[in-house]
Parts: sequence; C-alpha cells; structure tokens
Amino acid sequence: MPTNTHGDDEHGHGGIHLPDMSYYPIILAAGLTIIGAGLMTIVPIRFPNGKRPELAAATGTYEIKSEHGEVINTSTGLSNKKLLMWSFLGSDVMFFGSFIATYLVYRNRSLVGPYPADVLEIPITSVSTFVLLMSSLAMVLALSYIQQGRQKMGTFWIFSVVVLGAIFLLFQVYEFNHFGQLGLTPRTNLFGTTFFILTGLHGAHVTLGVIWLIFLGFGSIKGSLRADNAIDLEIAGLYWHFVDIVWIVIFTVIYLISARDVAPPGSVPFVGH
Amino acid sequence: MVSITGVIPRPTGYTGLWSWLTTVDHKRIGALYGFSAFFFFVIGGIEAGIMRLQLVTSDSSLVSADWFNAMFTMHGTTMIFMVIMPFGATFFNFLVPLMIGARDVAFPRLNAFSYWTFLFGALLMHAGFLIGQVPDAGWFSYANLTAAPFSEGKGLDFWALSLQVLGIASLAAGFNFVVTIINMRAPGMSMMRMPVFIWMTLVTSILLVLAFPIITVALIELTADRQFGANFFNTAAGGDPILWQHLFWLFGHPEVYILILPAMGVVSEIIPTFSRKPLFGYPVIVFSGIVIAIMSWAVWSHHMFTVGLGAIANSVFTITTMLIAVPTGVKIFNWIATMWNGSIDLKTPMLMAIGFVALFIVGGLSGVSHAVSPSDFQQQDTYYIVAHIHYVLFGGAIFGIFAGIYYWYPKITGKMYNEMLGKVHFWLMFVGMNLTFFPMHYAGLNGMPRRIYTYAEGFGWEGMNLLATIGYFVIVISLLIFIHNFFRSIKKGAEAGHDPWDAPTLEWSISSPPPVYNFAEVPVVRGQDAYWITKREAAARGETVPAEPHVDPSTIHMPSPSYWPLITSFGVVWIAGGLLIDVGWDYIRFPISFVGGLITIIGVIGWSNEPAAEEHHEAAEQH
Repeated sequence: MPTNTHGDDEHGHGGIHLPDMSYYPIILAAGLTIIGAGLMTIVPIRFPNGKRPELAAATGTYEIKSEHGEVINTSTGLSNKKLLMWSFLGSDVMFFGSFIATYLVYRNRSLVGPYPADVLEIPITSVSTFVLLMSSLAMVLALSYIQQGRQKMGTFWIFSVVVLGAIFLLFQVYEFNHFGQLGLTPRTNLFGTTFFILTGLHGAHVTLGVIWLIFLGFGSIKGSLRADNAIDLEIAGLYWHFVDIVWIVIFTVIYLISARDVAPPGSVPFVGH
Repeated sequence: MVSITGVIPRPTGYTGLWSWLTTVDHKRIGALYGFSAFFFFVIGGIEAGIMRLQLVTSDSSLVSADWFNAMFTMHGTTMIFMVIMPFGATFFNFLVPLMIGARDVAFPRLNAFSYWTFLFGALLMHAGFLIGQVPDAGWFSYANLTAAPFSEGKGLDFWALSLQVLGIASLAAGFNFVVTIINMRAPGMSMMRMPVFIWMTLVTSILLVLAFPIITVALIELTADRQFGANFFNTAAGGDPILWQHLFWLFGHPEVYILILPAMGVVSEIIPTFSRKPLFGYPVIVFSGIVIAIMSWAVWSHHMFTVGLGAIANSVFTITTMLIAVPTGVKIFNWIATMWNGSIDLKTPMLMAIGFVALFIVGGLSGVSHAVSPSDFQQQDTYYIVAHIHYVLFGGAIFGIFAGIYYWYPKITGKMYNEMLGKVHFWLMFVGMNLTFFPMHYAGLNGMPRRIYTYAEGFGWEGMNLLATIGYFVIVISLLIFIHNFFRSIKKGAEAGHDPWDAPTLEWSISSPPPVYNFAEVPVVRGQDAYWITKREAAARGETVPAEPHVDPSTIHMPSPSYWPLITSFGVVWIAGGLLIDVGWDYIRFPISFVGGLITIIGVIGWSNEPAAEEHHEAAEQH
C-alpha cells in the first residue's frame, strides 16, 4: 500500500502525516451498489390497480355494532377501541423491551453485592408467577361468561382476577421488603437499580390493571358491563394478558437466566447477614 | 358515577373560551396546535438570535457560558418538540379526517388530551426560566453530565420531566391517528388510494408509538438517578453513560424521521396540484416512506461514531445509514418527475415545496458525508453538523410546514392570503436561511466546534459567523412579513371559495372553512386523487362542481365537547411538575405529585363514564 507520510525522521516520527491511500472506499461503494441492486430485485412489489372494478368491491367498509347499539362503518371490521389497545400494547412492548435490555446490558456488572444469587429465590417467585398465570385464566373465563350474558359468574371471575392479581402484588411487596432487609435497594448497585425499576414498573402496570378490573367488576354488578358492551372487558383482558406475558419474559430473564449470577470478577464479594 | 359527571354540566356551546377549552373538534384542536407551535417557534427563534449575536464576534461576552449552554439546549429542545412536532400535529389534526372522508378522529377526547398535555408540558419545560433553572446539557442531555452531582439545580429535572409529559402527548396522538387512518376511511378508499400525506401520517404515527417509549424509559432512568439515587448512569457503581446514548438515539433517529415525513407528505400533496399532474410513482413514494421508517431503526449509532464503539459497529452503521439515503432520494426523483412536463404554477405553496426539495437535497448530501464514519470523525460536534441539521430541519421541515400553511390557509380560514407578500416571505426566508446555514459548512470543516459560547480570534471563523448572523435577521424579517400576511388576510383577504387550487383531495370538496360535521354525506371514493376524478367527469358533462351544500348540523351526530381531557392533562403535568417542587420541605414533591396522580385518575374515571356523544343534539348547534 503506498503511503503518504512526508518528512519522517529516522524514527518514523514527525513531519506531516496525511491519511494513507486506501482501496476500501471504492470497495465499500461497489458493495453498497450491489446491495441496493440486489434489494431491488428480491422484493416483489405488486400493488392493486385502483382502476380495476373487481377490486373496488374489496375496498368497501365493514359494519360493526358499537357498544351503544348503533351500527358504525369501519375499514377493517374491528372496533376502534380494540385497535387502540393493540397499538398501546405495541408501544408497551418497546417500553418493557428497553428496560429488559438495560437489565441485560448491566448483567454481571455490579461492583458490590448483593448479587442475584444472594437474594433471588426461584421457588417463591415460581408460586407468584403461577398465581399471575392463573389470573389470566380467570380473565378468559370472566370474559367468556360476560359475553354469554351470565353476569353472576362473570362478576365472580372478574373479582377472581382482582384477587389473584392482588396476591401477586403481595408477593412482590414481600420480595421488595425482603431484599431490602438483605441489603439490596435501588441505590445499592446496578442489579438493585435495574431489578427494582423493572419489576416495580411491571408491578405498577399490574396495579393499574387491578384497579381497572375492580371498576369493571362493580360495573358488572350494577349492569353497566353487559354482553353487548363486553368489548370493554375484552380490552382490559388484552391488557391483562400482555402484563402477564411481560412477567413471563421478566421471570425468565431475571430468575431463570441470571438467578445464579454471583460477584463478577473484579467486584466486591457479598457477605450476607 | 353519574354524580361525578353531573357536578359540572357537560359543555354544549361552540362559542367562548370554555368552548375552546373543552373542544373535541379536530379542526379546532389543529388550530390550537398551530398557534401554540408558532408561539414556541418565536421563542426558539429568540434563543437562536441570542446565540447568533453572541457568536458574531470572537471573544464575545454578551451572555455567559452557562446561559449560552441553556440557549442551545432550549433552542434545540423547543424547535424539535414544541415547534416541528406540534406543527405536524396541526396538519394531522386538521387534515386527516378531511382527507379520508371522516367526520372526526377515532378518539376525539384523546385528541384534546394530546393537545392539552402538549401545552402543559411545553409550559412546564419553560417554567424553569421563571426560577433561573434552565436545562443546559444540550437537547440530548448526555449522561453522565446530567447526573445530579454534575448538573446541580433543577434544570435537568425540568428537561426530563417536561419531556416525559410531552412524550405522553405524542403517544396519545400517535395512537389516535393510527386507529383513525386504519379504521375510519371512507368507502372505496383503500390504502393505495389514500393521499400520500395520509400515508406519511400513518407511518409517522407508527414511528411515534414505537419510538417514544424508548425515550420514556431513558428519561425514567435519568429521573430515577437524579431524584431517587439509582445507578443507571452512575459510573461509580459501574453504570455506563453510553447506555444513555444508545437509548436516546434509538429513539432519536426515528424521531428525526418523525420530524421530516409529515413535511414530505405535505410536499407530496402540493407538487402535483401546482404541476397539474398526478404524483409520479405513487406506489414507490408510499413504499419509500415505509422503507425509510423501517430502516430508521437500523442507523442510530451514526450519532455515536466518535464514541469508540469499534470498527465493526461503525462500519455496519455506515452501511445502513448510506442505504437509508436511497429511499429518500427515490422520493426526490419522484417529485421532480411529477413536475417534469407539468404545467407549473409558482404560487407560494409551490415555491415553498420546491424550496423544500432543493434545500433537503443539500441537507441530504451533507448527511451522506456524515454517514461515512471516517469522514464523520472530522465532522462530529462541529458546525458542519449544525449546517446539516438546519438544512434538513429548517430547509426541509420548516419550509414544508410553511408550504402547508399557505396551501391550506384558504381551506382553514376561508380567505386567501396575499400572494405577493407570500412570495416575498419565501424569497427572503430562502436567502436568509442559506445565508445563515451555508457558511456553517465551512466553519465546521475549518474546525469550529458546536456548543462553544465563544471562540478566540485567529481561528478565522469571524467571517462565517458574521454571514450567519446577518442571515438570521433576514429570516426574522421574512417571518414578520408572514405574520402580517397571516393576520391581515384573515380580516381582509379575498374570499377563497372551496377549491381555489383545483386540487385532487377530498378536503377541497367541502366549504372553506369546513362545517363542523365535515361531510354532509360520507363520500364514496373511486380512485386516487378522488376529487380530480369527480371534477373531470363533471367537466366532461360541461358542469362545475360546487362545494358540498351545508345541512342542519343538528341532524348529524357528532362527538360532544368535554372537560375531562383538560382535567386529566392537568393531573398528568402535576405528577411530573410536582417532583420539581421543594419549597418549604424537601419531600413536599411526593404528596404534590401524588395529588396530580389522583386528579389524573379522577379525570380518567369521569372520561370513561361519559359517552363520547350526548344523545340530544343541542351540542351540535353551531354559530
């Protein structure tokens, strides 16, 4: 490779050092051109022709019944509320994903203890996970009964979700307290910070869901939640199942994957009480 | 729960201040966004002016270094989050239902909530000025400069908490437009018959919904560190400041496409109208917009080339960043091809749109030079980057916004603006913008760093800075002409009629300004450029198409006004703002924030228990 170094003294230092000439820029440019050309050939683009009359019938709207009993036109046959909840859940995926990513980035990087192996107890958390999973089952049952118009059973199962969710939260409160006594707080180290904020925000989501379901449960008793507006329960169900799925990911990442993490090399070992 | 909603009766009127505070009409909300955005544009412009006055000479001491830091921080934050984004929201709000043939958005009260949350968040962001605690760590507030020991005072807390509130507003708006566009199109309007502006709104809204949670997380982590002693970016505990950069730019890069795609949508509507030709390559422009949005997730570390990620990471992001220039270039070629052999009518909207294309090309060219990480090593944190940013955001987004303001001015106000003044505004702003920002390419490559409050003489930067400051004042004059034109034409402009431009999209088929219910009869769409189809067929029969005649508004069931969005927004801003208060007692902020939470919950409960529209139609009487 030719060089561009001028005025070197006998040690190769000094003088004016210009960047060396290089083949890489043109190689990069050629590669980019080939990538672009390749992309243009592998993606089949077919768009419907707006002029074709047989397609015009396919672009009509779908009528659905709103919860007020009126017929409304939609482009998809889905209710606006349901689409809204799905959009919100998509954004919540990014939310929890970012916190889970932060937890994973900081895994095994705490400088002082307690470390995960010193505090995490898989058996107890397995029980609370089971409780939360059962609450999703209760949710499905609640929705099914309300949709069938069976108010009493529906109300019972809605409040079952509330109770099971509350039990999960009690487990979380116990765990947070217990870890605090063992010496782990959000301020202690990276594990404490990421653990408490991630599971704490998940717990906040569960709490909001429990409050929402309490309102829906009373609505079912008073008759404001019925079969014809069961969609209001359905979207709460979507939210609840999402919160459950997030917990499954959190449980897997924190408890199953990193529960045996001990003091990483170079950090201070943890001496328990 | 009826007792809650019955304490204050539900608003029914359409006149007076209370009607504006409780409106759920997308057209009014659009107007509120527009005026607010322009107000903050002036504030951001003053902040820019202070910087330009400071930098016009070397060794200047017009403002202190600390105030200069606050100026560049607030200028960037304001212009991005409180000017360009709400201007985008102005157009989304006003136009989306009209262009898709709907009567309002999917969730009118959520729409109002977005606006009030935005306004309260923006006011909270500026409230720091009242106590001299202004954010001063740059609009991207890198860790760990932002850690409590290194940024004492409340400036950064104002920044983090206010941006959190603004984020909630953007998310709410994003959800609303995603659902509206997907689910509320008029019969016959398939996705591939939607105006390109609607496509860009949909793509932007999806980006908003997916990108804002990431900055929400970053801001929660920063707030946790500053307020509660957490360790996310605490290097003493092993925290990594680069994590902030990754999170911020994973949000930040899609954010810049959120800033530019609406303007591209506006320009895609204007160029065909004033070329009297359909948009060239409609499917490809739509596809390019989608591809830009998808690829925007793959380029974020080009903001971090000089951080030390290593050669492999830098190479990957160089390649992805160069590739994302391709769909953008495709759009530019399609706009040019639209104009080719067209019958060009150089009215102000068209001048602004062509200005957008030209200036965005310049910004794109400097952008491509940044994409190559070795050359970016020289350019990073210099004025060369400032030049790029402003060519794409001023030359691009702002010119596109003004193009849209002039284009839809007759539809929104019913009056025509003064064309000569419009052209004077354009030419002065075009000249001023280039005078301000083109020299920055040279200053940057000659070594002038960003974010310096002054520079010693002998670097040779004085000339470029003088040109830039002169350009600033040319821009100011152009904007004064715009303001004069805007308000004078509302009073004294000629009646615009329903379709002054002979335009192709549905909003031009109804009166100017539109009636509160938008369309008396929901239109049936038979192709792209639906209104051109209607008019051409009528012309073939020798007829012209008048504006859709008005009907009695009380016969059309519209969403009713509501005060719950305002109350809920108020609660939200106190959750955030409460954490900034420590008067009297350090921990007072928690009870105040908690009360904000209670107000929010009460707002949500009242909102949920209130039907979207009241049964009797006295609400629909309009004056």
